[in-house]
Amino acid sequence: MEKALRKYGPLFVLPTFAAFLIGFVYPFFQGLYLSFCQFTTINNAKFIGLGNYLKVFQDTSFLDAFWFTALFSVVSILSINVFAFALALILTRDHLKGTNIFRTVFFMPNLIGGIVLGYIWQILINCILSLVGQPLLALNTKAGYWGLIILMCWQQIGYMMIIYIAGLQNVPEALTEAASIDGATSWQTLWKVKLPMVMPSITICVFLTLTNSFKLFDQNLALTAGEPAHATEMLALNIYQTFYARAGAQWKGLGQAKAVIFCILVIVISLIQFRATHSKEVQQ
Amino acid sequence: MKKKLLSALLTVAMSAALLTGCGASTPAETPAEGGDTTQTEAPQEEAPQEEASAEGGSVYYLNFKPEQDEAWQKLAEAYTAETGVEVTVVTAASGQYETTLMSEMGKSSAPTLFQVNGPVGLANWKDYCYDLAGSDVYGQLTNESFALKEGDVVYGIGYVIESYGLIANKTLLETAGYKVEDINSFEALKACAEDITARSAELGFSAFSSAGMDGSSDWRFKTHLANLPIYFEYQEEGIASTPAIKGTYLDNYRAMWDLYINNSTCDPAELSAKTGDDSRAEFLDGKAVFYQNGSWEYGSLTAEGAYTDDDLVMLPIYIGAGDEANQGLCTGTENYWCVNSQAEEADIQATLEFINWCVTSEAGTTAMANDMGFVIPFKAAVESPNLFVKQDTAYTAEGKTPVSWNFTTMPSEEWKNGVGSALTAYAADQTDANWDAVVAAFVDGWATEYSLAN
Repeated sequence: MEKALRKYGPLFVLPTFAAFLIGFVYPFFQGLYLSFCQFTTINNAKFIGLGNYLKVFQDTSFLDAFWFTALFSVVSILSINVFAFALALILTRDHLKGTNIFRTVFFMPNLIGGIVLGYIWQILINCILSLVGQPLLALNTKAGYWGLIILMCWQQIGYMMIIYIAGLQNVPEALTEAASIDGATSWQTLWKVKLPMVMPSITICVFLTLTNSFKLFDQNLALTAGEPAHATEMLALNIYQTFYARAGAQWKGLGQAKAVIFCILVIVISLIQFRATHSKEVQQ
Repeated sequence: MKKKLLSALLTVAMSAALLTGCGASTPAETPAEGGDTTQTEAPQEEAPQEEASAEGGSVYYLNFKPEQDEAWQKLAEAYTAETGVEVTVVTAASGQYETTLMSEMGKSSAPTLFQVNGPVGLANWKDYCYDLAGSDVYGQLTNESFALKEGDVVYGIGYVIESYGLIANKTLLETAGYKVEDINSFEALKACAEDITARSAELGFSAFSSAGMDGSSDWRFKTHLANLPIYFEYQEEGIASTPAIKGTYLDNYRAMWDLYINNSTCDPAELSAKTGDDSRAEFLDGKAVFYQNGSWEYGSLTAEGAYTDDDLVMLPIYIGAGDEANQGLCTGTENYWCVNSQAEEADIQATLEFINWCVTSEAGTTAMANDMGFVIPFKAAVESPNLFVKQDTAYTAEGKTPVSWNFTTMPSEEWKNGVGSALTAYAADQTDANWDAVVAAFVDGWATEYSLAN
């Protein structure tokens, strides 16, 4: 069996690996090259060196988008994970009936695409804003910001909850039992026993919410489209707008350079996060 | 435990990649959705016999106007039936033309015929525009000013002339006690609109349909209405484009915008969410007398017997500037055909023959006039049944001067968006400070965007 696996393994990996090369590795390096070029379509790229990168740092909209994204990420990571963990705790209690139904219900928003969600929430939020006599989303930065956070919470809490549930169910009963025999309160059990044991789940969830928030595009496009006047534009949307909404060859390379910087930024931030939470994981 | 967790992690990571997609870092590589249905490989055996140069060539037209998609498909079929040359017409979704064009152009079977919307749009595609100077179709133009030229190089050819103005429901106007002839200046329009607003509860309709600032409708104001202050300024200065607009007529622009939003079917604070369809539906339902839009709306306003030619009229947009007695509709073009210079030589020739056929042959000109409702600036043009187009001709015959389309000289889309955002904010809260923001977006934004683009 082992032998056969070793022999034919590469063969089975091949289709996926080929798809990975064609769909990811090649475009990634081509994108990297294009960020040093001036081009309209990818076939007529002209190498111009570092010009695009210099322009990125003169573009204030990119920096604004970065701060907006950062602010959004911090709040959404915290709220999604806290709520998801709380839900997971509630739904792993033994005596609660119908936990499976609740788990399904909470998970469901995840099955709807970001664009659809964005438009649905746009209608909902606009209705509420209009009822309370506030400016609608397209004119209201605050509503746009909180709208995005509510939308992302609604969509992602269920997903993270499932991961936390898996983690909590893996906490050995021996440990919790020992804790209760030793007279630990449920609060103490949570902090001293359960939490350290689910650190791997926390690592995964924080990683996922972090990258999702930083790369958020669909929901941003559908809910606010960056209105009013780019004030709710996140990094991915800013890149998209630079690339597609602008006329002239000088913008394409600039958008590409932004994308490369964005990619590095996301990798660096998530690596730091991964290190930080991973180091807190405990061995059983 | 570890193993389980690892597999859980992998599963989650994989599904996360599926859910979020991974296009963020490589936007240039994402192929266009929707344009993929094309098969443009020319069938060699069907090549036309009479033209040696275009042998084996085929045409791939990336159409800009969704309203005319069906008519183009039919015309393409007719051409293929007549000559054997394959013509593929693909229409980009509304508002997605540039995006679609960009990704289609990157393919091996790129569009051979595409369009740009004027000098600003041309900046993107200049390297791809075949010089049409010596072509047959250029010779067919009734006036050289309909071509998009730089020096002696002809980059594009305007293929449709359109007009826009204030579409009015004559029946409602008469119910309110006004005649079309009464509305002959900004003052008259203002008096009429405000009178209708005052009596709207009794009349059951409003003066203007909602001036929606949703993306499907905001171009009517940030582009088309904004053309008027630009036009009058250009006239005064005697220029055709400018690196820095002064905004001489912005007070008129404000007065007109105030009139639109305060005499409308809805609360101005709700305009940001109103769509183009909302506005049209209000006009079709008889809830509003005036509806600012263009000749391209004729089809949807008369479809299924909604309105007949007797119900409708298009008035010039009076903003209280210039010689109002002699002002006509806003007439011009922002649709220029360009031939892809980087296509195969045979395809270029086939494309040139196709567009020449469209504007000279009986089938072509009839289809463009009747099915598409276009007025085409070519010698063999057939008269269009489009009421608004006929009105434009009538106004011109009366000696009125059409307002030219100067929005093709607006520095960028970004500029339009800036003005649009500021207009929306002003509509929700009509203070001088908010209007100053519109002026800033208009005047300062112009200079900034112009310097970025040039």
